[in-house]
Amino acid sequence: MARKLFTWVVMAALVVIFVGVIGAQVMRGAVLPADAGLGPLTIRDVLFYFFAALTVGGAGGVAFSRNILYSALGLLAALMGAGSLYVFLSADFLAITQLLVYIGGVLVLILFAVMLTNRITEVNISNASLGLGGGAALLVATVPVLVFVATVTPWAANASPGLAPTTREIGNAFLTRWLLPFELASLVLLATLIGAVVIARKELKADEPDPAAAR
Amino acid sequence: MLNVGLQHFLVVGALLFSLGLLTVATRRNAVGVLMGVELILNGANVNFVAFNHYVTGGVSGQVFALFVIVLAAAEAAVGLAIVLAIFQTFRSIDVRHADTMRE
Repeated sequence: MARKLFTWVVMAALVVIFVGVIGAQVMRGAVLPADAGLGPLTIRDVLFYFFAALTVGGAGGVAFSRNILYSALGLLAALMGAGSLYVFLSADFLAITQLLVYIGGVLVLILFAVMLTNRITEVNISNASLGLGGGAALLVATVPVLVFVATVTPWAANASPGLAPTTREIGNAFLTRWLLPFELASLVLLATLIGAVVIARKELKADEPDPAAAR
Repeated sequence: MLNVGLQHFLVVGALLFSLGLLTVATRRNAVGVLMGVELILNGANVNFVAFNHYVTGGVSGQVFALFVIVLAAAEAAVGLAIVLAIFQTFRSIDVRHADTMRE
């Protein structure tokens, strides 16, 4: 019981820190002072490493946890970490969208699906995995290649581009250059809404009595 | 090398993608597979936004990332509805059990 409470307190603290950091960034419209720091690292770097560790650790939790509920909590950490990384990339609107859509929508949906479909107490049933050999081989095949390409390629990168609020530009882009995809996206969402309801509803057999009529 | 640049974000995106791929490939629980798909899409999104910030400028990469988020939400809704339908039919969401098109 105490452990559960502790977990919840930690999660709540993480959410508060996350919202606080994003809020401070949005209010100030600028990054933390880049020159103050600990030795070779600036505060910005330290924060980046913290959130990167949160992201990758959460993703590792999703991949390796034995219990599907812990996988969902790991997904929460990974999505929050990725959202806070967007703040470092001058994507404030995207960070808030990530918070609203992923954590407020998708994650709640996933938790609902977990609760509706699983015998959660039976840990081994809830999140069985196909064996570590194949998974380890897959990791060994993908991670070094991707990391090597990312670090060795000489990207034509700007060393330190400035941070600026982007909401106005995104709104303009949506209603001018990307208008057609924008409208198509709303159509897709409408189709999804109807499709999800049609697929998930309980089908009544002809020989079964209608439970609504029986009541 | 310690100071944060484009490469750091690319490495985080690569790790997210790889762990998501691992989740999709090894999970037998359909909901777990969907979580892996979300991780993969997030890895791609981190790359989009990082390249947008460090290389191209403007907001095109962010717009694309927003479309990815929209489609990921749609995918999650339909995917989980399908999972629920499979659960009602087969009484299990082990992806190995759902190998026929009818009851």
